[in-house]
Amino acid sequence: MNQTAASPAIDQPLTAANGMPLMAALQLAERKKRIRAVLLVMPLLIFITLSFLYPIGLMMFRSIENPLVADNMPKVTAALEDWDGRSVPDEAVFAAVVQDLKIARETRQIGKVATRLNFETSGLRSVMTKSARKAKKLKPPFKESLVKVNSAWGELSTWATIKRMGNRYTGVNYLAAVDRHYNEHDELVIQTEERQIYVTLFKRTMWMSIAVTVFCLLLGFPIAYLLANLPMRYSNLLMILVLLPFWTSLLVRTTSWIVLLQTQGVLNDIMVWIGLFGDEDRIQLIFNAQGTVIAMTQILLPFMVLPLYSVMKTIPPSYMRAAQSLGAHRFLAYYRIYLPNTLPGIGAGSLLVFILAVGYYITPALVGGQDGQMISNLIAYHMQKSLNWGMAAALGGILLVGVIALYWLYNKIVGIDNMKLG
Amino acid sequence: MIGLPDHAGPAEIIWHYIFILICAFVFLFLIAPILVIIPLSFNAEPYFTFNEDMLALKPEAYSLRWYEDFLSKEVWRSSIWNSIFIAFASTILATTLGTLAALGLSRPEMPYKGIIMGLLISPMIVPLIITAAGIFFFYSTLNDYIQLTGSYLGIILAHTVLGTPFVVITVTATLTGFDHSLTRAGAMMGADPTTVFFKVIMPLILPGVISGALFAFVTSFDEVVVVLFVASVEQQTIPRQMWAGIREQISPTILAVATVLICISIMLLATVEILRRRSERLRGMSPG
Repeated sequence: MNQTAASPAIDQPLTAANGMPLMAALQLAERKKRIRAVLLVMPLLIFITLSFLYPIGLMMFRSIENPLVADNMPKVTAALEDWDGRSVPDEAVFAAVVQDLKIARETRQIGKVATRLNFETSGLRSVMTKSARKAKKLKPPFKESLVKVNSAWGELSTWATIKRMGNRYTGVNYLAAVDRHYNEHDELVIQTEERQIYVTLFKRTMWMSIAVTVFCLLLGFPIAYLLANLPMRYSNLLMILVLLPFWTSLLVRTTSWIVLLQTQGVLNDIMVWIGLFGDEDRIQLIFNAQGTVIAMTQILLPFMVLPLYSVMKTIPPSYMRAAQSLGAHRFLAYYRIYLPNTLPGIGAGSLLVFILAVGYYITPALVGGQDGQMISNLIAYHMQKSLNWGMAAALGGILLVGVIALYWLYNKIVGIDNMKLG
Repeated sequence: MIGLPDHAGPAEIIWHYIFILICAFVFLFLIAPILVIIPLSFNAEPYFTFNEDMLALKPEAYSLRWYEDFLSKEVWRSSIWNSIFIAFASTILATTLGTLAALGLSRPEMPYKGIIMGLLISPMIVPLIITAAGIFFFYSTLNDYIQLTGSYLGIILAHTVLGTPFVVITVTATLTGFDHSLTRAGAMMGADPTTVFFKVIMPLILPGVISGALFAFVTSFDEVVVVLFVASVEQQTIPRQMWAGIREQISPTILAVATVLICISIMLLATVEILRRRSERLRGMSPG
């Protein structure tokens, strides 16, 4: 009898203390928890978005944005829209040039426009500034008078450049970054040999980073093995030798390498002292590509040792013993059993070192000399010296895409939550 | 594993000693460059190599003149102050933001954890030159509203960006395996969320927070690329000053500065190591 009386109560949904159905109460609680978690992350996410992600996006936009000519020479840009590029434009376009030059000179923008055009076709800077200076006194027909000021106005290449630069958005920076440009017939061609700098530099950046990664692996592997297999009290002591460089200022380490490797430096002194070579045959070890690779290897070595160490630490020694008791020679067991087990560590360390090496700036800038410069140094050059910011942004864009791809790979293989710091 | 077994053959014995030799060489390669400049910074002569008098340990071959130079010159003194101020300010910001985010990220309810973590760590991965250039462009576009180029605030914000990934990583690491029933227990005993945070969570994650803060501090203290792009003469930091010194002509004063910085890194490293062991002991992960 009691049972029949209780059954309707079971059919009813369970309720929480406040009479709410339990299901809904649970969902509400879960949602509250999720909101709380999101609220904790929000401040940093907003901060990083505003002061890191947005600036980088802005920079990438700058690599294709090209407003200077379109903004400051609006009449010419409009007049050139229908120009077919086969013959020198007619009088109307020339008149537009004179008008635009006058205004651009008054607003003091002509220098910027001239510089931008000069990046494309060298020599155009003086053509533009000189013509702008004389624009006020020019009399029609403008076609003749402008060509008289500078014969470049009678050349197709000048007009092709101005028309191309009149586009508000352009891929020329990216084309330039792979050593391509438009010639006077508006055809896409490879730069002449002495002006092919970017591809060479990308290649050099690649091989230097690969060299640094390989050296880090070769040097890091033995000591990671030693650290993982020594008793704790010894390995903790030796670990400090790995961590100290990690914590030491980059500039300090770079300075040390200059002191060690320069021709009058410590290493050369020792070599002369032991009599390896005479005082006059001192070798140039720094301010070149080798010096940069040596210094970067030492600087990035901890980033290889730490992931290797943490992987090796987890390989049970019984694996090796099992292989040996089954008849494998120590070396064979090492090669067939131990080495494959360290692959995750090798992958993590190599990727990390390569990612960091590819974007290195400070060390190549200080000890690279002529042939040790990397792509970052060229970005800095365009930012600070040539002021070709669009070019800097395009080079940065290519570098960034490469790094992001590797970062994605790293995340797939290792997982960023597994990144270890010391 | 490292010790040789009794039945080792000659090939293994030879290889064993070669291996030890290789390791010794690598450790030398790692540490020698740092140590070699310490004695050189006491050189009485403005050279960067050991002369015979120094090797003979004659007292007159050593002097403190480069340290005097470092501490007495106005440019260096203002750069010390600037470095400390900028590093402290950005560390406080980075630690606060990073710790909060790590707390949120390690909650099981957090949606899109992977992507958000990836974004928050990215300042560590993106090449510094790109970050510096991007921030410089960004600050220049803002100059009509707020002056961030050539200002302390601009550099502090940029260094905060660079420092937060370290805090996020170290705090998340201390939070792995964090027993969430502890916070529930605290709440059940009548503590409000703030009390639970300061009395239960904070003591447990403190080692991670402090080592993250130290990483952020070092990142800012050692950073030069952003400073090169964004700072004006007024905000010269120690690394910026060293950079200028190395580019022009290394003076031995740089070695004195370097030695001071090495001592600071040794102290920081010791602190982090002690904290790490304490944290592992607290969470019962390893006896080390």
